[in-house]
Parts: sequence; structure tokens; C-alpha cells
Amino acid sequence: MERRVGSRPVVPAVASGLVVRSQAPLSFWGGVDPETGVIVDRHHDRCGVAIAGCVFVFPEEKGSSTASAVLVELVRNGHAPAALITERTSPILALGAIVASEMYGRTLPVLVLGTRDVTVLENGDHARIALDGTIDVTKAGDL
Amino acid sequence: MRLPPGGGRVKLSAADLEMLEGRRGEAARFAMSIIVQMAEVVGADELLTIAQAHLDACALMSQSSLEFIEYLTRHDGRVQVPTTLNMVSLDLDNWRKLRIPRSFGEMATRIAEGYLRLGCIPTWTCAPYQGYLTPRFGQQIAWGESNAIAYANSVLGARTNRYGDYMDVCAALTGRVPKAGLHVPENRRGQVLVRVHDVEPALWHDTAAWAAFGHVLGHLVGSRIPVIHGLPQNASGDQLKALAAAAASAGAVALFHAIGLTPEAPSLNVAFQGGLPQETVDVGSAELASAWADLSDAAGGDRLDALILGCPHFSYAELEALAEVISDLRPERVHPKVQMMVMTNAAAHALAARRGLVETVERFGATVILDTCPFHFPIVRKRTRVVMTNSGKCAYYAPGELGVRVAFGSLRDCIRSATSGTVVLEHFPWKDV
Repeated sequence: MERRVGSRPVVPAVASGLVVRSQAPLSFWGGVDPETGVIVDRHHDRCGVAIAGCVFVFPEEKGSSTASAVLVELVRNGHAPAALITERTSPILALGAIVASEMYGRTLPVLVLGTRDVTVLENGDHARIALDGTIDVTKAGDL
Repeated sequence: MRLPPGGGRVKLSAADLEMLEGRRGEAARFAMSIIVQMAEVVGADELLTIAQAHLDACALMSQSSLEFIEYLTRHDGRVQVPTTLNMVSLDLDNWRKLRIPRSFGEMATRIAEGYLRLGCIPTWTCAPYQGYLTPRFGQQIAWGESNAIAYANSVLGARTNRYGDYMDVCAALTGRVPKAGLHVPENRRGQVLVRVHDVEPALWHDTAAWAAFGHVLGHLVGSRIPVIHGLPQNASGDQLKALAAAAASAGAVALFHAIGLTPEAPSLNVAFQGGLPQETVDVGSAELASAWADLSDAAGGDRLDALILGCPHFSYAELEALAEVISDLRPERVHPKVQMMVMTNAAAHALAARRGLVETVERFGATVILDTCPFHFPIVRKRTRVVMTNSGKCAYYAPGELGVRVAFGSLRDCIRSATSGTVVLEHFPWKDV
């Protein structure tokens, strides 16, 4: 079954990947290994999960202002998530995506999706993101 | 690198446009293009001029951060406002003595030299508000480093958003930021009322209590603006620093108001700008106890490998307090199996050295480290399993960054643990709550 939701593209770009969904805010610095894209924050609900190549869905960024530099490094070394979707605007991660795009010409979409719509996205679903922020979701059971 | 997508709907001055069009060089063009794109992200209609900047972008050592700074220096980038620097991934003077691998040291040195070539002041500290170029009340600034952002907004009443790495540099290179968020007075209104009650007054004497409270606060409010009522009115700058650092780690706190303590909160009415709180929360000893438990996963009696103090960088007053605790325990010294590290900056170090405090700390068996941070600088020995600290920020990040278990305790317990070689947790009255 396909579901479609509209999101607000903070940094517009096209992407697709498997959904990793988290209920907890995350700081990319101190929370994600900049070499591997694995979540290392012991306090985080998805600690140990690799978000490289995934559509990572979480409530909002928090913590360190180095998060943007971590995201740029993940883009450079090929371990960045395919897309970031948060419930509230996460300007430091948006910044990381914009700087990475300026430096390396590779853009990952950063989207804001309301608290109600975000429940459509569950772990293991496949999400396809269009330039206008439209998200097409294929449920895990249908893959 | 591609051209930016015009100015969009953001109003730009003639100078902004000159930068954006590349007429003031490629570094200024690059920086202005990021500023303009970020103005779109945060929905700003115009830019405003900043008085100073503090750059965090020098902190992370990675291939991309080196490429970033060297792109700017190659194109003759120059900061347009007085600009201080956060810590760098190296004790710049002593790294060879500390047996840091040469390839690491040379790369970090290149990053550091790049930022100096932009015209920045070599403060190399995560506590810039306790050193050179402290911002004034109401001043528009662009700061990176989460604890410094929270301190500058809350304690000093200067105005900055949470600027991520590279945005801070772009702001310094252009002297401009989007007019949005905490730069605008209406957006500094309190949102959540946090009432502190039922906490033994003596508990607040140790900065670790302020860190525990900051941890609770970060979890409670996330990115909202808290107004705290009921904190002791004689708080020191170092205690508010501990609060800010912990709150900005556990949450995204960029601004807090504390009634009677911070300049935008002489009363509840002023802090809420005449409005009402969205939510009211009570915090007491039980919440502090659970914060303490959340930050500590090592237990009393565990073997201790390392003690980390100075997160954020120790001030002169904190070095003095440390020297006093050490002198009380004389002639005890750091246990041979424990690595004790004290992080500070060149300004605090120079003052403390003139009083002989650095010598006291070093003779005790600690290493005093300048300019850097154990999360960015490979100083903590391999095979370290248990780290103790009195910092909420350090306790929060150490498990993920260093792969260790943490004991969070008062300064006195930290020092006693360092001498005994095992974790001592006795000095927290709330531990049994």
C-alpha cells in the first residue's frame, strides 16, 4: 500500500531510502559517528543503528552546534542519511545540508513533517521524496 | 561550487549584494550565499549586522572541515567583525610532549592556522564569555558552541541564535546574519515556567548540582525557553555555566531566564513579556536525583581510569577551587592508575600560573591541557573504561564519544576518587532520595 504525504522542504532535493524512525531528539555531534553514520548516543532510542543511506525521521535536533560539520563530513565520506525529516525545523542540520551542497554538489533533502503526518512513516518503510517535499511511502509489509 | 539561487525574498543591502555577486572576493561570496540560503530556511526577510562572532567550526577535525577552511583562506577570506575561536582539536603548544600522533597534530595545526589567517583572535576556548571580548547586554552577535550560546543569551543578555558550524564562519566573514529567532526581542519571551522547590540550599554550593539541574531542564524543555523560579540568588558565573552547558547538551536550550539572576528576568511578568507560560513544571530533589542517576552509569567502588575536569573550560575561579580541594588532601596525589585531565584556556591558565595554582594542580599529578577538549583531542588513554567528571555536559557525551562508563559527582568526590583509584560518590545528599 502506498501512502502520500506533503512535507515542507526546508532544503529541497530528491531522495529515497528505507525509513529509520526515532522518537527522541538527537545531536549529530556526540550522537552520530562522523566516519560511519552510526548513532552512538547512549541516551538515544536508536543507539547502534546506522542511518547512512536511510531516510532518518526524528522529532528535532538538539545539543551541539558542531552537528552541521558532522553532517558535511558524512556527505563527503558517503555515510550521510539519504534524507532528514523532523517535526520541527532543525536549522543546524539544514545548514549542514546547504554547506555540503555548496562544497560537494551533493544535496540531501531536509524536510519538516507535522506531528500527525509523521506517524505515516514507520521503521522499515520505503520513502521516496520529491523536490516539492511530497513523500511517497511504501509500507514495510508491501516491499 | 555553484552560484547561490539569487537573493530570493530576502532584502539585501548594497554591500550584501556586492558580496553575493562575488565583487568582494570568492570567500565573501561563498559566505553570503550560505547566509542568504539560511535566511530562507528560518524565514527571515532581512539581515542584520553583528558586533562580533565566536567560531565553533575550528573544533571538529575532519577532512571536510580542513577543506572548508582552506577554501576560504585560498580565496583570501577575512573576518569583518572581532571574532574569537572555540577550542581546536589540539593543545597547540604541548601536543608533541603529550605524544599525539604526528599526522593528527599536523592536520589540526593546519585547521588552527587557517582560522588565524582569517583574522580571528586565538582564544581557543569553549568558555569565551569568561575571557576576551565578552559581549554586552542587547548586542547582536553570532556565536557557535552550544554552552556559549546558552550563556551569552541567558546570562549576558546578548543576542544570538544557535549557530551551527560554518554558519558562524559565514557570519564572521560577512558581518551579517538573518534577522530571526533570538535576535528579535519578542522571540526571547519565556515559554515554560520551571519552579524549583524542595532543594536543600547547601546542595547548590557545588557546581555539579547546577549541572544536574541543567540536565533536567534540557530534557524538560527541549528547544523551548524556560523561565526558572526559585534558584539561589547568589549563583556564580561558573554555576550558571554548568547549568547552561548541561541544558544545551540534554536539550537544545539556547536561552533560559532565571528570575533575579539573568538580565531579562527581573520578574515573571517581564520574563514572559506579559504573557502566560505554555506549561508549568516543578523540579525538586527527586528530579535532581534522577538526573544524577541518568548521568552516572558507574557506581561507587568501581575502578576509576580517568578524571576529566574543565568541560566547559575551567575558569580562574574553578582552578582556584580545585587547588583548594587538592591542598586539603595534601600530601595525597593522583593514583598511579588514574589519568587526571584539567581543560582550560590560555587566559585562565596565565592568571592561575601567576598564583602558583597550575603548579599545585600539576604537582598533584594532573595534566593541565590548553585549547582543546578530550572529545576532539585523542588524549584519553586507550582501554579507559570508567571516567569521572563534575560536568553534566561531559557526563552526557562521554559514553558516546569515548565509549566509557561515567561517574558524575561533586568536585570533592572527583578528587577523592582520583586519589583512591576507585569511584567515590558520597558528597551528594540527594543520592539516596
